[in-house]
Amino acid sequence: MKGNEALAEAAIRAGADAYFGYPITPQSEVIEYLMANKPEDRTGMVVLQAESEIAAINMVYGAAGCGKKAMTSSSSPGMSLKQEGISYIAGAELPCLLVNVVRGGPGLGTIQPSQSDYFQSVKGGGHGDYKLIVLAPATVQESVDYVKLGFELAFKYRNPVMIQSDGIIGQMMEKVELFEQMPRVEPNYEWATLGKKTDQPATFITSLQLQAEEQEKVNHRLQAKYREIEKNEVMFEKINCDDAEYLFTAFGSCARITRKAMEMARAKGIKVGLLRPQTLYPFPVDEFNKLADQVKGILCVEMNAGQMVEDVRLSVNGKTRVEHFGRYGGMIPNPDEILNALEQKIIGG
Amino acid sequence: MSENLIKPENLVYQKTEALTDRVMHYCPGCGHGTAHRILAEVIQEMGIMDQTIGVAPVGCSVLAYYYFNVDMQEAAHGRAPAVATGIKRVFPEKFVFTYQGDGDLAAIGTAETIHAINRGENILIVFVNNGIYGMTGGQMAPTTLVGMKSSTSPFGRDTKTMGSPLKITELIAQLPGAYFVTRQAVHKPGNVRKAKKAIRKALEYQKLDKGTCFVEIVSNCPSNWKMTPVQSNKWMEENMFPYYPLGDIKVPEDN
Amino acid sequence: MTEEIIIAGFGGQGVLSMGQILCYSGVMQNKEVSWMPSYGPEMRGGTANCTAIISDEQISSPVLNTFDTAIVLNQPSMDKFEDAIKPGGLLIYESNGMIRKPKRKDINICVINAYDESVRMNNTKVFNMIVIGGFLKIKPIIDMENVIKGLQKVLPERYHHLIPLNEDAIRKGMEIITVEHQLN
Repeated sequence: MKGNEALAEAAIRAGADAYFGYPITPQSEVIEYLMANKPEDRTGMVVLQAESEIAAINMVYGAAGCGKKAMTSSSSPGMSLKQEGISYIAGAELPCLLVNVVRGGPGLGTIQPSQSDYFQSVKGGGHGDYKLIVLAPATVQESVDYVKLGFELAFKYRNPVMIQSDGIIGQMMEKVELFEQMPRVEPNYEWATLGKKTDQPATFITSLQLQAEEQEKVNHRLQAKYREIEKNEVMFEKINCDDAEYLFTAFGSCARITRKAMEMARAKGIKVGLLRPQTLYPFPVDEFNKLADQVKGILCVEMNAGQMVEDVRLSVNGKTRVEHFGRYGGMIPNPDEILNALEQKIIGG
Repeated sequence: MSENLIKPENLVYQKTEALTDRVMHYCPGCGHGTAHRILAEVIQEMGIMDQTIGVAPVGCSVLAYYYFNVDMQEAAHGRAPAVATGIKRVFPEKFVFTYQGDGDLAAIGTAETIHAINRGENILIVFVNNGIYGMTGGQMAPTTLVGMKSSTSPFGRDTKTMGSPLKITELIAQLPGAYFVTRQAVHKPGNVRKAKKAIRKALEYQKLDKGTCFVEIVSNCPSNWKMTPVQSNKWMEENMFPYYPLGDIKVPEDN
Repeated sequence: MTEEIIIAGFGGQGVLSMGQILCYSGVMQNKEVSWMPSYGPEMRGGTANCTAIISDEQISSPVLNTFDTAIVLNQPSMDKFEDAIKPGGLLIYESNGMIRKPKRKDINICVINAYDESVRMNNTKVFNMIVIGGFLKIKPIIDMENVIKGLQKVLPERYHHLIPLNEDAIRKGMEIITVEHQLN
């Protein structure tokens, strides 16, 4: 199945209650698939094309405030528009699933694949001190699995979860195994607006605190939650790291291309491994730190001008050399140039 | 108020249960308190307190969720109709309303307003129009009258550079999704009764799944108009009502 | 076995669906597959291409810059992808509208006149199936029965009555493809 379509099917199967979206290349297949496959008939899931990305994310806010499994998807320029709503959702501590099928920027940019929204996804994006849990699938299979996982994490922590995909993963087709249909669940959360219970005070969803003291308390609570997420939810894949003298790191589709470069390097006798973060937040800090003691250098390969590399550098804290290789603006690096960069910047550097 | 004064036989008025006991932050003479009260009364009278979800805006009524004793969500500026759409779509059987001011509904949220109504979302929109940004301190609103002074139109609204006051209510009445559109006021007892009736009608229509009902309440802002409450009501009658005439703008054809 | 294929031509020639059919057929034959299209405005009447990978092993990169096989259906695609074929690889081109012959000497080159054949079959829509037939003749990596199963998967049920026609087209392609340059 095509990445975007598989993701949409996974949303239906995960028992999502509502999808609100707005078309933008290269992710329009998500809403097209949902509209064509009548989830309203299959599970009762609501699908609505909003008048804008801004409206869509606020519809998610409304549905999520009712304790429902709500989601939206977009691509980079549309994701920028959603940032206001995402900040409110994070502030009001609502669970929801966001999907960004990243394309090249800045501005209207290009419709070709990119990873240049790493900072936006991982470092906040909107205003205020908040974090999204960010999952980075490298295969169509992971796009599907992360929909289910994303909703689980979102409700576990009452926090928005972002699947950061890109034009490659969204547009490509490959084999995928879909999980069985999960039932939609009638919400019964005390924080949700379900209608006031007669003997209890009314519930309200807000991200507003007029008193600074109260707002600081909210921030303390959020930060404590983020520390918990950092402790529990880090995910990564390690390939050929046991005997590695050098290390590649990359996420998402770029990690697959880098894997090809790693295979080519191994064929040449270069002992290089690959560490692929599957969660961009929380970041596998400890794993990088451990590997930094073992390897002579790390090449961070990204389809951007150098974003994740900053987190890698912070993680290894000067213990080993960390360099970046990137193609951007919608260009995709090829395995030859990645291998070449390893030889030039790390081994020969 | 002394407890023993209120006896069942002389009780003529009681605060509705659909409002909390919290002291409102609205300025003396402001119409918001009355508008809140009549909406809350209708909710209680219809027995739907447990089935109602409200959406508060950004503006003076940003804290409306403290005052309404029903479940509420606080929306980002202008986004209340989108938030209400999200709520109504997942809870079609609930009663959903937004309560918005003129900046929220007719400036930053124009797109959300028009499209929610165009989809005929089965919600009630209460639109309080006082021609000014109250909470941020008296800046020009989309509905500020021509020549009217505000902190961002200190020499009066000049249509050449600032455009004309927006009759959003007439505009949205054109949309097929709008089922019942009316303009009311709450500055006199007769108007309060009429406005309350309009809100009641709107929520009854929502029960029947008729589409969007839109109740504008032309109101005052003594603080930012820099008038006494009485002066402000007089000014409203003399200046606001000619431009924003009261009455029904769109009534259901099948009624 | 890993076969890395680029298929390129004008939008409307069925370039993207050719790659999809090959991949679905590959799945039917228990292969790992990956299909990656070029997308966006270039799909609409300009040049379109897709990368199809069929392999016995897990596929790493879905995006490639060199290929085992290039199937090119117009001149711009020939210009763009002839040099991207691995030495010893295969170039298949459709002869209609080609101004310039391929220049590489270190690859195998085949030519197919699928357009004229589709006109003879009274159905230009089977054009791309004729080309697939030609490819499978030269590189029989997927059995005919699995191609049919793949077609059943790709085509909506209301078009299933067209599968025999498509099968004929594939067989036709197998017949008409000719080798233009063969490495020893």
